[in-house]
Amino acid sequence: MSLELVLFFVLAAMAVGGAVSLILQRHPIHSALSLIVVMVALAGLYLLLGAEFIAAVQIIVYAGAIMVLFVFVIMLLNAGVEARTNVSRMARYVGLPLGFFLTVELAYWIAGAAGRQAPVSAGPTPTRELARMLFREFVFPFELTSILILIAILGAVVLAKKEA
Amino acid sequence: MSNLVAQHPVLVVAVIKIAVLMFLLLTALAYLTWFERKVVAHIQSRWGPYRAGPHGLLQPLADGLKFLFKEDVTPSGADRFVYYLAPFLTLSLSLTAIALIPFGPGEFKLFGQRTSLGIANLNIGLLFLFAITSLGVYGVALAGWSSNSKYPLLGGLRSSAQMVSYELALTMSVVGVLLLAGSFNLREIIAAQQGFLWGWLPRWNIFASPMPQVIGFFCFFTAAIAETNRLPFDLPEAEGELVAGFHTEYASFKFAMFFMGEYASMITVSCLATILFFGGWLSPFPQIAALAWMRYLPTALLAAGSAWLVWDGIRYETLLGKIVLPVLGVVLAGLAVLVALPGANDFAQGPFWFLGKVFIFLFIYVWVRGTLPRFRYDQLMAVGWKLLLPASLANIVLTSFAMVVGKR
Repeated sequence: MSLELVLFFVLAAMAVGGAVSLILQRHPIHSALSLIVVMVALAGLYLLLGAEFIAAVQIIVYAGAIMVLFVFVIMLLNAGVEARTNVSRMARYVGLPLGFFLTVELAYWIAGAAGRQAPVSAGPTPTRELARMLFREFVFPFELTSILILIAILGAVVLAKKEA
Repeated sequence: MSNLVAQHPVLVVAVIKIAVLMFLLLTALAYLTWFERKVVAHIQSRWGPYRAGPHGLLQPLADGLKFLFKEDVTPSGADRFVYYLAPFLTLSLSLTAIALIPFGPGEFKLFGQRTSLGIANLNIGLLFLFAITSLGVYGVALAGWSSNSKYPLLGGLRSSAQMVSYELALTMSVVGVLLLAGSFNLREIIAAQQGFLWGWLPRWNIFASPMPQVIGFFCFFTAAIAETNRLPFDLPEAEGELVAGFHTEYASFKFAMFFMGEYASMITVSCLATILFFGGWLSPFPQIAALAWMRYLPTALLAAGSAWLVWDGIRYETLLGKIVLPVLGVVLAGLAVLVALPGANDFAQGPFWFLGKVFIFLFIYVWVRGTLPRFRYDQLMAVGWKLLLPASLANIVLTSFAMVVGKR
């Protein structure tokens, strides 16, 4: 087995294990920590694919910023252990088949996508290439997204002001 | 498994380098605490550690032993898993960050493998460092939460707010350097600073030609002090208000791990300031015949240090000091001779300048601690969001503008 394959299985096990633990943990902080494990494992998988920039940004944005806010809010609310309720009937009879269906669908599309060309090739400096794509060909959607985020920030500020 | 090792000799070399660096780093950490106590003591007209060994040189060892043998108390009602995880997270993340620092340009052979000084050389080195820094918040926040005590919780909340706020300014302040270097790779960033302006001023980023990164450096160093929770931004552990902040409930070696993590981050930040703004391992003197003797500067400094140690050791009041200090002096003299040898001399130039600059930044860290009083919490937030962030954004705009104009 090559080193890449070993690393892939370790990271994949980390990601799946973290995701399962995220659902099964009773305490919100433990769930949040499991989600961080998933994020870091995903970043490792991106690194294996040669997408260094995406891997670093995955950790900085998801594990380092968004999850910090999650943990922060849980700490502020001082949320305790959740009481387990019986799983709702809806989840049991509709959720399980839907989940199965989604897995099959994903497997089908991933199998079909194998061997297809990605818009950015994994060259020696993928970061520079990524920036070129982002700021030349996809500059309009990029700027649009930033305006969307700006609107969300303004909305949050307005809501917070109303509370005070 | 042996097959795996045989196929990847790079891994073996990396493991050896990691072991050596760990040993050196942990020793440096221990003596950094001694150095800090000595410097702060002299700033405050005291002697500092003086009893354990000559000049208190055995103090770090005594502290380490004390940490190991203290009773390890876990507070009742603490979340045990997270309570144990937090110090591990803090220390391992700060030590991982050091793996990305290149210490010199030289290459050497180990088991037939050409390797350089420094463990990892990533294309996204700087970005990866920031990724590790951004995870550092968890150690502090989780320690505060899991202790099941009010002062740690308040300290943890404060510090997560502080670290998230200053991370923004920290990241934005280096964008100017990235624009000038055109790379995230730390080695390439240093290489881009080679050369001299008007034949004498080094082209380090702090003096770089289209737009000197003075604002960037100011924002970077201030934000970095806040990010490492050091004075004057050590609000997470403001003892007047929060006892000891997030690590109030930690005792024994778990407390020592937070302590070591903090000092390791100090070293990382000093290395980064050197690499990004002060030319890393590049010498400040141009390569001209009149300054050729500069290559023996490491030897001269080591020899001076050695002479002082021997002189001081002979007059020292205790017998241990009379023996230890001259022996240390002789070791330094041996090093001085070693770096004067033709082959070793070239190799030592890079690490000498690099470590020298890092040492200056570590001294500034301690100096600032001994000089400035602690900020108030609202002042801290105001400095972060209303001064550092706009200033670093302005630096990006000015730098890119200067680069476009300069190119034309």
